[in-house]
Amino acid sequence: MSLRTFRARRTRLGLFTAGVASMALLATACGGSGSGTAAAPKNFSYLSVTENTTVKTALTSLSEGSCKSANDALPLKVETVPQASLDQKLQLLAGQGALPVQFAAGNAPALTQKLAKSGKIADLEAKLKELGVDDQLEPAAVSTIKALYGGKLEVLPYEYNIEGVFYNKKIFEANGLKVPATWDQLVASAAKLQAKDIQPFSASGQQGWPLTRLLSGYLYRSLGPDALKDVADGKAKLTDPQYVKAATEIAALGKKGYFGKGVGSIDYDTAMNQFLTGKAAMLYMGSWALANISDAKQDKIGADNVGFMPFPAVSGGKGSIDQYPSNVGLGITLGAKSFDKNTGAWVSCIAKNYGSKALKDHGSISGFKVNTPVTDANEVTTQVRDTISASKQNVLWFEALFGTKATTISQTNAAGLVSGSVSPEQFMQTVQDALSAQ
Amino acid sequence: MHRVLGDRRAIAILLGPALVVYSLIMLVPMVWSLGYSFTKGNSIDGFTGNGVANFSRLLDDPAVRHALWFTLKYAVVVTAGQVVAGYLLALLYVFFLKRASALVRTLVFFPVVLPTVAVGLLFQKFFQVAPQTGPVNSLLNAVGIDSIDFFGSSSSAFWVLVVMDIWRSMGFYAVLLFAGLVDIPEEVLESARLDGATGLRLVRHIVLPLSLPVLMSSLIFSINGTLKAFDSIVALTNGGPGNDTTPLTLYMFQTSFTYGDYGYGSTIAVLLTVVCLLVSLVVFRVSRRDLTEG
Repeated sequence: MSLRTFRARRTRLGLFTAGVASMALLATACGGSGSGTAAAPKNFSYLSVTENTTVKTALTSLSEGSCKSANDALPLKVETVPQASLDQKLQLLAGQGALPVQFAAGNAPALTQKLAKSGKIADLEAKLKELGVDDQLEPAAVSTIKALYGGKLEVLPYEYNIEGVFYNKKIFEANGLKVPATWDQLVASAAKLQAKDIQPFSASGQQGWPLTRLLSGYLYRSLGPDALKDVADGKAKLTDPQYVKAATEIAALGKKGYFGKGVGSIDYDTAMNQFLTGKAAMLYMGSWALANISDAKQDKIGADNVGFMPFPAVSGGKGSIDQYPSNVGLGITLGAKSFDKNTGAWVSCIAKNYGSKALKDHGSISGFKVNTPVTDANEVTTQVRDTISASKQNVLWFEALFGTKATTISQTNAAGLVSGSVSPEQFMQTVQDALSAQ
Repeated sequence: MHRVLGDRRAIAILLGPALVVYSLIMLVPMVWSLGYSFTKGNSIDGFTGNGVANFSRLLDDPAVRHALWFTLKYAVVVTAGQVVAGYLLALLYVFFLKRASALVRTLVFFPVVLPTVAVGLLFQKFFQVAPQTGPVNSLLNAVGIDSIDFFGSSSSAFWVLVVMDIWRSMGFYAVLLFAGLVDIPEEVLESARLDGATGLRLVRHIVLPLSLPVLMSSLIFSINGTLKAFDSIVALTNGGPGNDTTPLTLYMFQTSFTYGDYGYGSTIAVLLTVVCLLVSLVVFRVSRRDLTEG
């Protein structure tokens, strides 16, 4: 072997070794971060979404009031991301073992369950019992959470909402309309309003879910409370005729222009604003909208002018008008790794005080007990609170039992359904395909 | 010099560091991504081997076909638009505006330095129908045409996207091609003029062949950029309506990060790499042939 080839070989070998070494280094760097060791948190870090201001404002005022001692030990630190990028952020943080102490747990319960299965989420039921505050949660809220999260208490009920249609009483009176009890009456009322150049509904097509909620509302009324559980269990398909019928009904509303122009580019705030400034007669929304309705700055038509009605019955349907879609808002949960004594102090303080604080300051109804009596800001809040306590059976929403992919696809295609660019059959087919691919 | 560069050790020392850096930041992630494409799972659940299941799924996935078709259509249309508009502008600078073109060049170049997201928002407002009527729809209304929901149907959303991307980048191609045109010796043009070639004939027979090399590099630039388009589409339509304007890049992103399916996302990335490689090879081949002949 000549000296030259020997050198060349040595160089090649050296390069190869360096390459392998660097790859190995990279491998350990990537693999190692997955399982961080538990370290006591320095902050009560809370990752929330930009869209929800109630929880973070209420928590901030608790940190200065009732929960001051918990806050002194573990200062509250709020961070927000847009709701649309929450799922990405959580998956990345979870992958790096860097989940915050408390966080909004994903747009679909499926993601939360995935996090729970891999042990990233604290066992809240056990923790609350340990802290002796498990009786601070409203049973209705707990049962809603369990229905959503496979029988487990995986999130805290910072919100407890029922959904229905908010309507503008003044517009209804001026046009001689009664609160519609059936779907046909609702459609007839919308037609009457449209004829008088009043936009019947405002809805956000950019978010998509305000539209798909109408779809599930119709399904629950026509097929009964198990309509979507059957789909999740594989007993029925969204492409079955009775399911497509619901999509056809909602698409028809859009076809007649009842959602106004360009529904696909209307975002949540704009839709809310259209209703609260009297530009639209009805708004399908959850009871969290009471916070906006009670806010005189936003609500130009006045809270006294807003009525609430359940999603109307479908003639001959198996569902009943008193089954309200309910939810606990965007689920908020706590990381398993960072749950220590200081975190516990925060949680028990929240459990005891959050209910009254949120109701008093924001008119927002939560699933925590209201320990300090609060007088309601307005009639419609009272009406909704009464409805919640009287409601016996709850139903879920359209995407509640879907995975992340089907949820996204359903919500991004909803605007197309009502603008006519996607046919009802196509819409249901697309969502069903995404469901089947899960 | 020859002795130094002929020595393999010297080559290793000179190239080594760059090669290591290149390998670490380019090759390793690519191989890594290829590795992921044989797995299933995500960073929460962990990864498990999945064989070639992702690749067979890729072949059956209508969303991939749709995204691939959209990507190619978008790349071809936008590239054609960018390069043609850029070339016309460059001709305008050189032959019409001549030395006075500095201001126009700056103005046309300006959108290139604007952040894509800002341009996306600008066009969104420009073409919007609700909650406010945008300038374009106002104009349509003024001449008696009903407002059009540009982002509500796939074809109009596509064209708004195309217009935006051409507007945004034509200044860059104009400057690039301008440099090529300025390079053409004045004497050649002069003698062609003396031979009676003016206007279009001059462009067709003298200017075009002489600026072909820089035209080719513009094409490669443009195709490479448009095949990987992501930010402008996310900012303007976010892939909507539905998934009508979703290119492969966005579908890959959604699959990996939104749906938490990293394995399949990597498989889509591999497909995108192959497409880019193929297109680059074709363009390279064509350009090499042209260069040797012309």
